[in-house]
Amino acid sequence: MPANELKEVSTEYMLFEAKREEQFITGSEAVREAVRRANIDVAIAYPITPQSESMHLVGDLYAEGYVKEYFRGENEFAVMSEITGAAMAGVRTFTATCGPGTLRAFENFPMWSGARLPIVMGFMTRAINAPLSIQPDTIEMSFLLDTGMMMMHAEAAQDLYDMLLMSFDIVEQTSVHIPMGVFVDGFFVTHTRQKINIVTEDVKLRPYNPGLSPVPHIDMETPPFRLMRDPFVMKSNYISYAAHASWQQEVMASAQRAKKYIKKYMGSFIEQENPDASIQIVASGTAVSQAREAIRMLKAEGIDAGLVKVKVIRPFPADEIKAVLSGAEKIIIPEFNRVGWLCREVASVIPNNDRILPGPRVYGGMTMPPEVIIQVVKEGALVGV
Amino acid sequence: MSLDITRINPYFEDVMPQEYIDLEKNGSFGSEKRLGDLGAFKELLEEHPMCAGCHLALAFRVLVSSLPRPEDSILVGSTGCSSLAFTQLALHNIHSLFGNQNAVASGLKRALKLRFPNKVKDVIVMAGDGATADIGLDMTLHSWFRGENITTVMFDNELYANTGGQESGMSMCGAVLNMAPTGKKFQKIRVHELAISAGCAYVAVVSTAKPKNISECFKKAILIAREVGPTYIQIFTPCPTNLKIKPSDSKKVAAERFKGDYAFKEHITDEAREYLTSIKDAVKKEALETEAVLVSEDKEIPLEGG
Repeated sequence: MPANELKEVSTEYMLFEAKREEQFITGSEAVREAVRRANIDVAIAYPITPQSESMHLVGDLYAEGYVKEYFRGENEFAVMSEITGAAMAGVRTFTATCGPGTLRAFENFPMWSGARLPIVMGFMTRAINAPLSIQPDTIEMSFLLDTGMMMMHAEAAQDLYDMLLMSFDIVEQTSVHIPMGVFVDGFFVTHTRQKINIVTEDVKLRPYNPGLSPVPHIDMETPPFRLMRDPFVMKSNYISYAAHASWQQEVMASAQRAKKYIKKYMGSFIEQENPDASIQIVASGTAVSQAREAIRMLKAEGIDAGLVKVKVIRPFPADEIKAVLSGAEKIIIPEFNRVGWLCREVASVIPNNDRILPGPRVYGGMTMPPEVIIQVVKEGALVGV
Repeated sequence: MSLDITRINPYFEDVMPQEYIDLEKNGSFGSEKRLGDLGAFKELLEEHPMCAGCHLALAFRVLVSSLPRPEDSILVGSTGCSSLAFTQLALHNIHSLFGNQNAVASGLKRALKLRFPNKVKDVIVMAGDGATADIGLDMTLHSWFRGENITTVMFDNELYANTGGQESGMSMCGAVLNMAPTGKKFQKIRVHELAISAGCAYVAVVSTAKPKNISECFKKAILIAREVGPTYIQIFTPCPTNLKIKPSDSKKVAAERFKGDYAFKEHITDEAREYLTSIKDAVKKEALETEAVLVSEDKEIPLEGG
């Protein structure tokens, strides 16, 4: 179907009603299929492994007319700044990066939140230098926890596809209008083929409506004309401090207000299996899949363990996690990074932290065999250092 | 639509600040104002906080008073003294991060082309020498390599003024400044030459010694950027505060340098020159046609006023 003949539909229709068909595709191709239907105005790319393939495919969509404007920027800091300009002009944007690219671009992310820019962006997580490594590692998520961005973590390509498609409507709500990062573990998901259900109808999301933005766009069409995005408040007086402080609070409140829209499309922030087990494994991303396998193997040995899959990292589902772990005696948190950021997040919201057996943590591109999760269940903490 | 946003809703007129009312009644929106009219109309820049004798402020006033279509002009600034003028500006403008001004402007211009395909929206970057030639040089150059339809203006005071007079890439070799306690060890960056080799369709090096020249070059730069390609204006704007000279001596410094190493330079591509000629021809043709229409309709529709 030619791009200009796609029918515009609501996000509800796209996610819940449109006809779907099972396809056997890679995670990068799942990004392409989400973007094809997302009615993107401006996409800007910069290569970095393992993200590159996703933005190549978005480029193909531009060549086919599904994306209106696309180019390769000069580095990630510049790309995120170019996305800033486009978003401030009042269009829907998309980009993606990972690992070192995320850090190169970093100054832009809190600026996006503060500027109330409704940007949806993909992160195909990768290890951080040094030493140089292109392998999967989720440590960049730790750095992004306090930028004001919202964050979702996909377990597999199906999550990635659905999370991307739902994110545009969430971030474009007047009461939200802050950026969303959709994270997926590089290589493990982006470069493997999986069966996923893709919308097959000739539909796309409705276009971005600049009129619903809570902050004016920079186009000399929107009053007032005496307008700066975003004015700095750096005078040495209490009014300035209060303005900056209340603005930050408003960004945090925007993420809280997003919860009802996330819930509408995602159903829940966490998913639980076997909730009554006294052993609970809490995970996000591909660590969830490894935990599932560990639970199956434990069950064969007669050990009962449950699973808590955390899908939304920001706003962090503190109440939900506290509730589902209230009866747990042992809590295992397997992670694909050195610092154990999910462990820290969980520990900060539940009582009796001595129930947590941190780890296993694998990083630098290592895989996480279910046996290492089982080892922690049986023998206790395994975090390396 | 654009001009409408400058008009005040009649119900709000009694609560609007006087300066906003002045901008609508006697500003430069929708009217041809010239540099010579400065002082006789309400300027877009209101009560800027720059130091006495600041030639960046002088250049800024000249520039915003020379915009061909202020009602469709969007400015992108950066961190530095000039950002303090941007907060006082009666135009939509962006301050994003230090150094990313040409990247922001690139995304902005492309998105505005998508949103308003039948309108010209002039996107102009105005930033200091630190933002343009040091921290943002890669993005300055790449916006030119890509041929973005934007105008870039550098206020060159040859140092970091807002942070207290540190060396910049545009400082003169040998200049003793903060962070260059024994004098700068390398030459001033030749950004105007980089602009030419990077593909700018029009490049001018001007000075506050000749404000009228700034105005003329700036207008050309904006017109050329609309259709031909990126344009660059570099303005010498001495900073008396950090040069530690009397505010009244800025003019003397500008005049001396203008006679010496900061003389007027201009580069225009053949394509840009042809484009300017075609606009002039079109304006002449339109004027002749308008005259013909007025003459032919003169008997039926009496012209009002005198």
